[in-house]
Amino acid sequence: MQITHIKARQPWWIINWRELVDNRDLFWLTVQRDLTAIYKQSVLGPLWFVLQPVLTTVVFTVVFGNFAKISTDGLPPFLFYMSGLVLWNYFQGVLNGAASSLMSNAGILRKVYFPRLLPPLTSVVTYLGHFLINFLVFLGFFAFFFFKGSAIHPSWWILLLPVLIFHCACVGLGAGLWLSAMTIKYRDVSFALPFLTQLWMYATPVIYPASEVSAKWKWVIAVNPMAGVIEVNRFAFLGSGSPDRVILIVSFLVGIGLLISGVFVFNRAQRTFVDTI
Amino acid sequence: MSEPAISVRGLSKRYRLGTISRHTLADEVTYLYHKLRKRNVAEHMGKISLAGVPDVTDPHRHDSHDFWALQDVTFDVQPGEIIGIVGGNGAGKSTLLKILSRITEPTEGEAFITGRVGSLLEVGTGFHPELTGRENIFMNGTIMGMRVADIRRRFDEIVAFSEIGQFLDTPVKRYSSGMFVRLAFAVAAHLDPEVLIVDEVLAVGDAAFQKKCLGKMGDVVRQGRTILFVSHNMAAVENLCTHALWLEHGRVRMLGETSEVVEHYLGSSQITQQEDSIRNRKDRQGTGRARIVDFYVTDEAGKRQNVLRPGNRYHFTLECELNVNTLSLQNVVASVALTDLRNETVWLAHSKFTHEYQTLMPGVNRLTCTVNDFSVAEGVYNATLSLGQGEVEPLDLITNAAEINIEGGNFFGTGSKGSPTLCKTLTRASWSLTT
Repeated sequence: MQITHIKARQPWWIINWRELVDNRDLFWLTVQRDLTAIYKQSVLGPLWFVLQPVLTTVVFTVVFGNFAKISTDGLPPFLFYMSGLVLWNYFQGVLNGAASSLMSNAGILRKVYFPRLLPPLTSVVTYLGHFLINFLVFLGFFAFFFFKGSAIHPSWWILLLPVLIFHCACVGLGAGLWLSAMTIKYRDVSFALPFLTQLWMYATPVIYPASEVSAKWKWVIAVNPMAGVIEVNRFAFLGSGSPDRVILIVSFLVGIGLLISGVFVFNRAQRTFVDTI
Repeated sequence: MSEPAISVRGLSKRYRLGTISRHTLADEVTYLYHKLRKRNVAEHMGKISLAGVPDVTDPHRHDSHDFWALQDVTFDVQPGEIIGIVGGNGAGKSTLLKILSRITEPTEGEAFITGRVGSLLEVGTGFHPELTGRENIFMNGTIMGMRVADIRRRFDEIVAFSEIGQFLDTPVKRYSSGMFVRLAFAVAAHLDPEVLIVDEVLAVGDAAFQKKCLGKMGDVVRQGRTILFVSHNMAAVENLCTHALWLEHGRVRMLGETSEVVEHYLGSSQITQQEDSIRNRKDRQGTGRARIVDFYVTDEAGKRQNVLRPGNRYHFTLECELNVNTLSLQNVVASVALTDLRNETVWLAHSKFTHEYQTLMPGVNRLTCTVNDFSVAEGVYNATLSLGQGEVEPLDLITNAAEINIEGGNFFGTGSKGSPTLCKTLTRASWSLTT
């Protein structure tokens, strides 16, 4: 017989993993709901999954490529931006999803218990769905430019893509869990979040190549766990830029560290969060 | 005795009043700044200890803003017991359920629950307006801890119970609130936990559906589930629960057989003693063209009585006022109802039953109702008074206008008081035997 033990001041490192597994049905249903309910009652429906990345890329191409004339390392600007955005959007989705998970589910979490790690975890998979569609769109444009004879040189680094995706999920989830825990105590965080993600994007070589960064600011690229992977992804598919192995490995370690610390900080914060919201 | 299904040991919960959710980063920064500065100041002043001086800038300080919603609550529930939790507002009932449902953590103490726990603090938790009834059954069910396979197995039962029928594939945002609640409760009623924690969820839906829910709860009870049930509806507690737990100011006041606990709880509870005289009462319903300004009971000798004895003859008088500048008011009916502490009407005298229609004149009128053989059993009751013009216009209605105490008397001529806990009305009957 299953025994539930409720106890004051549970230590922060105690996480009931078994409970997470037991709730897998809820996990998959939530993913399914988030993927299907999002564009309901819109005329274009699921077409938005495709339209959004394309439109964002078009805007970037026009604004940063044509007006600001930021270098794209000689690559077709459209493909350049899309290659950065495809991973960045995944990361940002997971980050925002995880960061707002407690607050946006507060109504439910006040009335029923299920592992609070579940909602942030679902955003990892939900946005993976978004990512796959974005990625297919990207592959389409990639093939188009490739056969048109543009100067793009895919390499064997492409095989690293699953690792890059996993890394984005780690950093997004890790940072998201930290922010989510902080939002409970400091409502300011949720207001600062959109600004923060935007700032983070500008500190990441999404709209510019890392090669354009002056020596003075190179350290930003080095400490930013998202910079390395965006650059590697671009190199893998388009063949520009120079992936720095050291930075890449440091990024991975930072990502894992962020995730592990995030899980525990979140776990500590979720236990009494309904008392303070 | 087998192992208890729920075992609660020294459970306490503290809330911080005032400081809740007022923390902003700015507060914290100010606090840090003050703390650092204070330390510097202290150092400059030759390390004067600031200990013992309340630090008003410290948001983590312990002070009178602490509120203990639960204090040292200890009790056991045996498997198959149905415990009704009773107590006034702020007694800690909801907090206890929240802790046992693991929605929040206790400040002190611990609890063990044996078996799968289902908690029903709200119906329809997690319903998504865009999803159809069918999709929401699965969503809501899994949120409550069911597996998809279980829901699939009981799906038809759930749908039948909800009476949703053809709307199963309609988004729930198009449901009426009644349909919404029915569907939500249908899912909840088919949870199959060994321990069920239920908050006042029965207070929803229409009367017929409520009855059905109570019936369903009764089924669950017969299946030998352990249930923890919070309700203000004493009749429901008495009907469903084997035991009751009475909480008061966060502490256990009493735990025992339902009837005993409920009786004590009701006996102790402050009856809504009205400070205001009837004339000054503001909580009236009705058009107010005529107003009830006083109410009293007199005995045969015309003496006012506060304590009534069953079997005696009484006059219940309503003093009604009609504006002096208006015409007289015809076809006026009046009523006096007595409700017990469970708010159930046990006695009603209405002039429309006897077709006695009065004409009120401008100024003060006295409407007197004479009762020959008063037949309400011993206890404390509230009188609810009403005044109306025929069936058309409710003129005035005062709920719980006065407290009526009934005791003693010799209704049966045998000295028996009847069984006031069982039945509030007294009936004389004769018995004969045929063989």
